[in-house]
Formats: sequence, C-alpha cells, structure tokens
Amino acid sequence: MSILILAEHDSAALKAATLSTIAAAKKLDLPIDLLVLGEGIDAVATQAKNIEGLRKIILGDNAVFKDILAETFSQAVLALAGEYSFILVPATTFGKNILPRVAAKLDIQQISDVIDIESPQRFVRPVYAGNAIQTIETAQEKNILTIRPTSFNAVALGAAQDTPVEKKEFSLTPPRVRFVGIEASKADRPDLSSARIVVSGGRGVGSKENFKIIEELADRLGAAIGASRAAVDAGYVPNDYQVGQTGKIIAPDLYIAIGISGAIQHLAGMVGSKVIVAINKDPDAPIFQVADYGLVGDLFTILPELHNELQK
Amino acid sequence: MKILIPVKRVIDYNVKIRVKSDQSGVELDNVKMAMNPFDEIAVEEAVRLKEQGKATELVAVTIGPAGAVEQLRTALALGVDRAIHVPADAMIEPLNVAKILAKIVEKENPDLVLLGKQAIDDDANQTGQMLAALLDWPQATFASKIEMNGGDFSVTREIDGGLETLSLTLPAIITTDLRLNTPRYAALPNIMKARQKPIESITPDSLGIALQNRLTVIKVTEPGKRKSGIKVADVAELVRRLKEEAKALS
Repeated sequence: MSILILAEHDSAALKAATLSTIAAAKKLDLPIDLLVLGEGIDAVATQAKNIEGLRKIILGDNAVFKDILAETFSQAVLALAGEYSFILVPATTFGKNILPRVAAKLDIQQISDVIDIESPQRFVRPVYAGNAIQTIETAQEKNILTIRPTSFNAVALGAAQDTPVEKKEFSLTPPRVRFVGIEASKADRPDLSSARIVVSGGRGVGSKENFKIIEELADRLGAAIGASRAAVDAGYVPNDYQVGQTGKIIAPDLYIAIGISGAIQHLAGMVGSKVIVAINKDPDAPIFQVADYGLVGDLFTILPELHNELQK
Repeated sequence: MKILIPVKRVIDYNVKIRVKSDQSGVELDNVKMAMNPFDEIAVEEAVRLKEQGKATELVAVTIGPAGAVEQLRTALALGVDRAIHVPADAMIEPLNVAKILAKIVEKENPDLVLLGKQAIDDDANQTGQMLAALLDWPQATFASKIEMNGGDFSVTREIDGGLETLSLTLPAIITTDLRLNTPRYAALPNIMKARQKPIESITPDSLGIALQNRLTVIKVTEPGKRKSGIKVADVAELVRRLKEEAKALS
C-alpha cells in the first residue's frame, strides 16, 4: 500500500499545485513516492528533497519527456502503476490531461477534483461547478485521484532530507502527436487560474474602452483580470477572461467583482474565493449575497477613489 | 473525413440547480435540460469543418435517458447528418461512457472524435482522454483552435498559463474548450428538417458493455454557505477592512 504522485514542475521547481497534492496524499497515511518526468530536472529532485515525508523520488530524466504529452507521461505512470494503491496528480490542465488515460488503461474509474479526503475510501468533490458537493465511496483496489490544489495547503519546503532518488528509464511507444510550441500568457499579469487577487468586470462596465479602469485597478493590485459572461458576450473582453461555470473556476484570496450582477453561472466560478468584494450600483444585485464586503455606488466614481486610496 | 461527436444531456447552464433534500442527488425532474455547452461547441466545430469541405459525414452520439434524444435532434438541426442513441441511466460514469464510445468508434470508423472537455454536471473531465487511451489514439484536450493541414491537425490548447500547440495524426480525439467558437442557433427550417434525419438506437448490452458504476455516491449536499457579509459606507472603509480585518491587502 503506497501512493505515487506525478509531479507538475517547470524543470526548475515543483509547481505549488504539486505541493498541495502532496499535502492531500499525507491524509491517506501511506508511503509517498514522487515521480518527476522531464529533461534536465536535477534541480526539481534537489528541491523535492526539502519535502518531509517522501519515501523516494523517482526521476525519469529523458529527452522524450521534454515536452509534456499525455501519451508519453501516461505510459511512464502506467509502467510504475502496478505496485501502488493510489495515483495522484494535481487537478490542473497538466493532471487532467494525463491521468484519465492512466485510469482507462487500468480499468479504474478516476475520481476528479478531490477537495477533501475523509478516509482512504471516501472522497469529497464538487459537481455542478461547485453548486453541489458530492461524497463518494470507492471499493476499487487501486484509486486514481486528481486533487484540487486550492483545497489543500501546500506542504512546506524545509531542511534537506535524505530522501533516496531513483533514476528510472522507460521504454515508450512513440506517440502520434507532436509538440509544436507554447505561447505563454503575457507575463505582465498573473494567470487568472492561479492569481492571488482577481479583479473582474461585468456588463456594468459598459464598454470595451471602459474596461481600462478594470485593467488599471488590476495592475495597481498585481491582480489578474476576469469578467462575467455578460461582459464577454458584449464583446468587452476576450473569452478567456470569463469566470463562471463555462469559463474558469477560480478561488483566489481576494476577488473584486465590479459591475457584475452575480448570475448563477458567474457565482459558480468564483464563490470559492477567500474574500469577495462587490461594487455595484444596484443594492439588490445577487452578487451582494456572496460578498464579504459590498459597496453600493457608481463604479466610475468608486474606482478612481479606490485607486487613490490604495496609493496612500 | 468522418467525425463522431458525442454529446450529453445536462441541466441548462442558466438553471440554478437544487440539491434534493434526501441528499441523494440533484433534482432533475421538471428542470430545463440542454446540450452540454462544451459539446455544443464540438458540434459547431464539426459543422464548420463540413461547411469548409473538410468533413464528409457528421455523426452525433449520446448515451443517456430517453429524453437525450432531444439533444440529438438539436445536433441534427445544427447540421449533423445522423445520430445514435445509446439508452442508459442518467448517472453513468465516464469510464463506461468511454467504453461504449470505443465500441461505437469500432462500428462507425470515424477519423476524428470531437467532444466537450467536460460535462457541466459531474465536471469529471475524463471521457475524451479515456476514449483516447482505450483506442490508443492521440489526443488534444481543451482545444481553442483547430487547423487542418493535409491529414494532420494542428490544435491549440488552453493550458494553465498559456496556449500550447500540438500536431496530431488522424485518427485522433479532440476535446473542446470555450474559446474554440461561438455556437450558432438552429434555424427553424433546419429544426423541421432534423425531424426527418435518422436516429439509431443501440443498447449497451448489444455492445457487450455492462453499466455497473464503480463508485457509490454517499450523499450530495449544498456547498457551505458563505457567512453573510456587510455593506461598507465608502472606499476608505473598504480598503481599511480589507487590510486590517480580512488581511487581503497589504
């Protein structure tokens, strides 16, 4: 009985989502092995040694893992899967892409987006974009989980441990897919999915031009920018800004909703935020029902004031 | 090129769902149902590929209760040529869905399976990837752009922190993300015409698939309510409270 975690990293360091996944695994109270796949990833192994409580680190350092492909990464996990009773990855686009391939090959029903572990057989996960919470029990001998990173506090990196590092070679079937390239989001703003602060605008912002004031506030706070579906449909901002059931589901430390009425579809995407601020001229807007701090008024008066107040 | 488009019947995204008081699940009776929005995007993309002369035949498939035929009619009204209904309970797990789809793929021999990245009811985000594994086909999940170059597809994917492009050789699986396109509405004449298009029914039994679920739902509850907040008087109070009380700003 032991756990295999497939690490998400950027070749230099583990992603915070991996550290949260390790925290989740610790609730299962079984030995944990961390699998790191990539090319030139010694730095990641060295960093992983600073995590307490890992049984070993398995390093698959090979050119075939330079690009992250579900086809190759799933084969590596499958090669090791036999001895483990649990396989965990973060429920990020990385983990979501790879793990169902592993589950299907092992004939296991995967449990997605786990937000709590009640026992080694009982897990809690959101459905309907978090509008309902499902507790499920598994009788499968082996279980495969993706872990929602925002639901578990990342394990700390401490003093270096003497965790053994095992180098592993994998023999893979070449995939019929080729990595072409990657275009990182503009680095001047944090990524909406993982930002600590998000400033979102809705239809109340009124126009594409007016959205500048949302951008200015976001930049002042070092925040990512989001939007409601109404703002996206009205053409104020591109689709990928959309927070909501069919857009991005996020849980930042601080969410500031500006000119957003709070349609169900939008609330589903942000209601997990730690602190919610709503600024809206309609005192009866549903957004105020989920806001920790509500400010009723005209956003075009309030935002310049807010800007000045933050500068103090 | 033949495209298979699996679609799912789900509660309409505009409906506020209600958790049943006995905690057995979410109320589905007398609730407006619709095609899963991500599947609608898949249908739209397939129809566009046909309009561009790149696809020759579009087949939609759904696995679900009798009512799911409505969603097949929607797909047919949008431009899909024919459809397959596999009757099953509403709550069928993704692994079983993928197994049924793998059998349908064997029968239909499509070059491409195009489907939503996830259904907005159970939010599992598994079916496309599982189907790809069962068929040993390449996959491009979370697609925001699809281009065809000869027999290959170049697919741009929405990943955390950016966009990634993959090149796939057919046959392949592509799952759709929100940015891929904006689905059209079905025109009335097409809705009428869709009534004449064929829908075939194929039982899971005849495909040799038993539909036992692997997981047991113990309960379904409402999410914890947020404790009600306060209205602040002005910007100064807001900033002060965010700094001192919530410690959300430094």
